[in-house]
Amino acid sequence: MDTHKKHGFWHRYFFSLDHKDIGFQYLLTAMFMAAFGGFFVYVFRYNLAFGPNDIPLYGDLAAKQYNQLVTNHGAIMIFWVGMPILLAVIGNFLIPIMIGTDDMAFPTLNKISYWVFLLSCFVLLAGFMMPTGAFGGGWTMYPPLSVSDFGYNNPNTTFWTNFFTGNTFFLLAVALEFISMLMGGINFVVTTLNKRAKGMSLMRLPLVVWMVNIANLLFMFSVGPLIAGAFMLLMDILVGTGFFDAYRGGDPILWQHLFWFFGHPEVYVLLLPSIGAVGEIISTFSRKPLFGYKMVILMVIIAAILSLVVWAHHQFVSGIDPGAANIFSLLTIIISIPFAGMVLSYLGTLWKGNIRFETPMLWALGMLATFTFFGGFTGLHLGSNVFDIYAHDTYFVIAHFHYTLFPTVFLGGFAAFYYWFPKFSGRMMNKTLGLIHFWGTFIFFNSIFIPLFWLGLQGQHRRIYNYSAWNDLLMQPEHIMARQIATVSLIFLLLFQFVFLFNFFYSIKKGKKASKNPWEANTLEWQTDSPPPHGNFDPYPVVQRWPYDYNHPEKELDYCPQSEI
Amino acid sequence: MNTKQLLKPTMKDIPQGRLGMWLLIAGEFVIFGGLMVSYLLYRMRYEQWAEMASHTNVILGAINTFVLLTSSYFVVKAHQAAQRKDSKKITMYISLTILCALIFLVVKITEYSQKLHHGFTFSGKELAASGKAIESSYWGFYFLMTGLHATHVVVGAIVLFIVMQGARKGKNYHRIEIAGLYWHMVDLIWIFLFPLLYIAH
Repeated sequence: MDTHKKHGFWHRYFFSLDHKDIGFQYLLTAMFMAAFGGFFVYVFRYNLAFGPNDIPLYGDLAAKQYNQLVTNHGAIMIFWVGMPILLAVIGNFLIPIMIGTDDMAFPTLNKISYWVFLLSCFVLLAGFMMPTGAFGGGWTMYPPLSVSDFGYNNPNTTFWTNFFTGNTFFLLAVALEFISMLMGGINFVVTTLNKRAKGMSLMRLPLVVWMVNIANLLFMFSVGPLIAGAFMLLMDILVGTGFFDAYRGGDPILWQHLFWFFGHPEVYVLLLPSIGAVGEIISTFSRKPLFGYKMVILMVIIAAILSLVVWAHHQFVSGIDPGAANIFSLLTIIISIPFAGMVLSYLGTLWKGNIRFETPMLWALGMLATFTFFGGFTGLHLGSNVFDIYAHDTYFVIAHFHYTLFPTVFLGGFAAFYYWFPKFSGRMMNKTLGLIHFWGTFIFFNSIFIPLFWLGLQGQHRRIYNYSAWNDLLMQPEHIMARQIATVSLIFLLLFQFVFLFNFFYSIKKGKKASKNPWEANTLEWQTDSPPPHGNFDPYPVVQRWPYDYNHPEKELDYCPQSEI
Repeated sequence: MNTKQLLKPTMKDIPQGRLGMWLLIAGEFVIFGGLMVSYLLYRMRYEQWAEMASHTNVILGAINTFVLLTSSYFVVKAHQAAQRKDSKKITMYISLTILCALIFLVVKITEYSQKLHHGFTFSGKELAASGKAIESSYWGFYFLMTGLHATHVVVGAIVLFIVMQGARKGKNYHRIEIAGLYWHMVDLIWIFLFPLLYIAH
């Protein structure tokens, strides 16, 4: 077992059962998929600002391709970038070393879940090679649009012609990805409950471990109806059943219920690990105990439970019962209370702290600021059905959505990445390049979406390929200008990611060697070598205290590791 | 290396295999729950579906319920034998369980062929063509739910067979219990499906 390091490239990247290697595989795969998601958004944003012809690196964009790119951009960024980075990478890499154990409870299951995830990536991309082209009906896959050309509606098709379509491959890819994340989730929860080091009681777990586990449980309990719905939709496409066919007694709205019963908790599944990592970082770099640790956990559990009963706020314009819409509005607005409590805890942690502005801290603060002040506040507006009915099909929703998920996945994800990079690679990242990357990303991210808020309030509809075809669709010079600002900002945002890529590959080979505990943090992962050896600890730590004993009055140093008596 | 092994941290309040299986079962119940709720919503909306439900074969369904319940009893006996590490008894009871699974599948195939013979197909195209468009979706649910359950029966039987091979060689006795938990779940789902699809008119 100890000779593990001598294994070659193939063994490390394809067959290793070590949780750190599997986490790294997830990370590389997610970065690979993010390249697709980023390229797609570049192509269709360029089209919206400067027209569909002669897009650099792409060529001409047809309306159908526009729909396909928008659909796959959404799906890739949520299911193949957000989920693996925030659940699988953070969970795989951090849970075992943070709770002080050698590996996952089921290492083989962990490996299988990665393989299934990789397969789902290929199935999704294979959708682009189908004779009908990739799926272009929106990442929410609403029927009847997602079924209309196939199954019962098209008697000329057979099972196999229906099978080799973008729609089928898209559904199969999403289903495989869910199965992979379900297996991973079971593994994380069992590992956390069963493999904690001596003395690591539940109330001594680092916040991010709590968050990943709550997110996994939430995922497991919300995804079932969507898997059931996916079976039904798949059968509608493949063999022509009538589950969502209004003529046959099916109800397309039922799909929306099944989808959003999962879809809304999904946002929190992504948010929780990210906000957990941000909590770790804020506490470490403020050199203060996390303010209201138990309260944050309680708030998050309440928010997770509430998130299961707010889904219909995505359907205010789908013709649901107005009485029900009022109830869902109320519940949606109530859910902001636990999140406000959580943000308050983080601000309380920062209050009068000895703040160190290291790179991860900037990302964490950027995440907290944009998520709360733009994503959260506009969420309050959209949660109210009165406003939502006007804003729902406009760019206001797009901007709101990206202000919740971009900070969650990318700002929070990069915060975690810069923070734990020394641990997983054994080297420090270049700070100057990190700061350039942060400010480039942060400024251009805001200048993409603030114009879109304004355009949305002006009434610019979403999901439209070409505004110039209708002169009444906001073709005034200021509207065109706003679209161009957003697009140019997006191109700069993407260019700044190359700074990160360079920094990543340069630092992993040639960066400055990292010590065991470069950030002077308390949690267990900083008590072992960087990178941790196979088996992580020798000897295994015994936990004496909670993870946030910064500036403890009885201690000389301003931090006190969890394993210190 | 040995000292490392000794100090390996685990809490082990609940054996981790059992805990993992419980979580899997919880996940499975939400999946079937989604299907059942969708079915019930349609069922309450369309009175025509009651007539369709009367075409199901209650006697064959009842036989299958009895077969599955019996198989669960055998799994419990196998679990008891596993606690005594009695390989022979384990092999016998698990074999009986797998036999029950096979009987279940044979009855299921008989039922399916009867339905298809009467023109009640999965896609329901034939019914829709004869003017019963709304009724046709009932059979979609019937075949999807029972088919998905039958797939679980097949998977469960395969898992039990693999686990039995281990027990025959005298190792991994605890896996009998975990595979047994899965089998009870398969049984329990059928207990929900049987009244929903067959009995309620």
